[in-house]
Amino acid sequence: MEILHQIGLFLQTAIQTGTPILFAIVGGILCEKVGHMNLGVEGMMLMGASFGFTVACATGNPLLAMLAAGAAGAAGALIYAFITVTLRGNQVVTGLVLTIFGTGVSGLIGGWVSSEQIPQSVSSAFRPVEIPVLSNIPILGEAVFSQDIYVWLGLVIAVLAYFYLNKTKLGLYVRAIGENPGAADASGINVTLHKYINILLGGFLCGLGGAYLSTAFLTTWQDNVTAGAGWIAVALIIFSTWNPLKAIFAAYLFGMLRGLNYKMQGWEIQIPSQFLTMLPYIATIIVLIFIAMRKKKENQPPKALGEAYFREER
Amino acid sequence: MKKKLIAILLAATCALTAGLTGCSGNTATSGTDESKVVAGFVYIGKINDGGYTQAHDAGRLAVEAMGVKTYYVEDVPETVADTKEAIQTLIDEGCNLIYSNSFGFMEGTDQMAKEHPEVKFAHCSGYMREDNMSTYFGKVYQARYLAGIVAGMKTEKNYIGYVAAKGIPEVIRGINAFTLGVQSVNPDAKVEVVFTDTWYDPTVEKQAALELLNKGVDIIAQHQDTTAPQVAAEEKGAYCIGYNFPTADAAPKAYLTAACFDWKTFYTDDVQKAIDGTWTSRAYWEGLAANMTYLDKLTDLCAEGTQKKVDAAQKAIIDGTLEPFTGPLYDQEGNKKVDDGVKMTDDEIWNMNWFVKGVVGTIPA
Repeated sequence: MEILHQIGLFLQTAIQTGTPILFAIVGGILCEKVGHMNLGVEGMMLMGASFGFTVACATGNPLLAMLAAGAAGAAGALIYAFITVTLRGNQVVTGLVLTIFGTGVSGLIGGWVSSEQIPQSVSSAFRPVEIPVLSNIPILGEAVFSQDIYVWLGLVIAVLAYFYLNKTKLGLYVRAIGENPGAADASGINVTLHKYINILLGGFLCGLGGAYLSTAFLTTWQDNVTAGAGWIAVALIIFSTWNPLKAIFAAYLFGMLRGLNYKMQGWEIQIPSQFLTMLPYIATIIVLIFIAMRKKKENQPPKALGEAYFREER
Repeated sequence: MKKKLIAILLAATCALTAGLTGCSGNTATSGTDESKVVAGFVYIGKINDGGYTQAHDAGRLAVEAMGVKTYYVEDVPETVADTKEAIQTLIDEGCNLIYSNSFGFMEGTDQMAKEHPEVKFAHCSGYMREDNMSTYFGKVYQARYLAGIVAGMKTEKNYIGYVAAKGIPEVIRGINAFTLGVQSVNPDAKVEVVFTDTWYDPTVEKQAALELLNKGVDIIAQHQDTTAPQVAAEEKGAYCIGYNFPTADAAPKAYLTAACFDWKTFYTDDVQKAIDGTWTSRAYWEGLAANMTYLDKLTDLCAEGTQKKVDAAQKAIIDGTLEPFTGPLYDQEGNKKVDDGVKMTDDEIWNMNWFVKGVVGTIPA
């Protein structure tokens, strides 16, 4: 059963590498659902990574580290929300600036802790845990039932986000704002409040995604630890057609594709690694073409995406 | 009014943070005559990146300790325009001896060398030279050969993994030297290579290492700039060999040793030559003998008797009786590439583009 064991281990690694991206995609979806395109995902992830790492080293408390990472991401999102919601600034420019800003902050904070190690109390809390009995199931045992807390949290958050957006009254408000903020406003929904809440929640999740990399996956400080993961997430938001459940699939598929790159080297199959690096973006373009052609309603981007809402122009 | 205040506060915070992160230049006070030499450094990464650039910056600090004023520009992208701009900044600051530390800076450095004949340049790891532009690098493959001995003694499965960045001679040379080191003490062991196509991406590096570990290797070596492969080895209960500089703290339960550079060896030598007025353009490529490269001290995790074998090989390499790339050498298919007793020349070693027998993996196109 060596082959099953190998497949299980492969999926285990793929899911772990997909997890930080899953957090970022779900965070990005929350933000885009209220009509705000946030290109600052990478910056918020890095802020989360650096603050999470710093707090983990300073306190040795895994929960505090997660909260700090989320708060740092949310703080980045707050800057973004203030500029784009309240001041109605350009979303694309603000998002880009947030990424550059977040990268700088992360480098600065990280520089102070670059020689530190994640304390044992934190790293053991974030280690993969084998669930008794279940972890003996072939393939699923390694892939699903031997994972760390972040992997589970990512799954739970994606499912919760799906229910929040599609099955609750608040989610209805959110979707209304993203489609037509004027109508939402007229029906008595507090547009500004909901925009702030969702953008901040999105930032919180991006921060967690970054912290997964620095505190759980790597445990030593590495500058610019995301190395572009935030941008892949921005592309995969579209790939998952703004659906948090599909985001799970998108993120894990991405992890698998990248893992496949190394597996295939072992098989001596020759596919240029650059091609595999391109794949998520190619997939995104194909999905964009599809949703533009098929015009299926539930797959469309929020109608008001990228537009600032001026109440007076209603 | 309140909004305005918040906006101003935010802007001020941004500006302050940007000012703090974007610093460049470092002032050393020195009034002696030799301080006419002002050295400038163009860095690919940040000086506190805990890796490649930090190792170079230790060299810069050693130059400062000589009483020479230095400046640096960090995080420079590998484009001709960015390289030239960074170098121009340094020249404007008064630098007359400029080092650029990444392969991608070669073209830009070369152009600036032609435009500024009055300034001396040295470029790390490239092949372009001018009358006022040297190249410099370390023979880290010698240290890798020693690291191979350590791995060959330690491995129980006779199966070692190697996470490599790109399929270029610098990397291939290292893999080959490492494998020959392994085989010198353990002829049955094989070394499986995975290429990541990146020098720096912690997530990718760890994922690649995990793939190798999942396949059953019990030691991970690396030609990557982060400690991520070492973290992967520790997580899977395997052992690891680092690169660039000592990183025992990153994986205390897995770390055996590391193949390291000591950049101050070159930088202090080169600056001294400039001060003495004996600086000429050259191709500097030194190894263990000059202490340009070295093997980190072995940890207690190494197999018994390793130290003795490493010491013997190190001594032989330094006194010239041992050259790792001496025939007979076979390629992966078993064809004889180097005849018995023939030593490969520096040039052949520098341009090596084939794997020796015992390496599993293919060089990407």
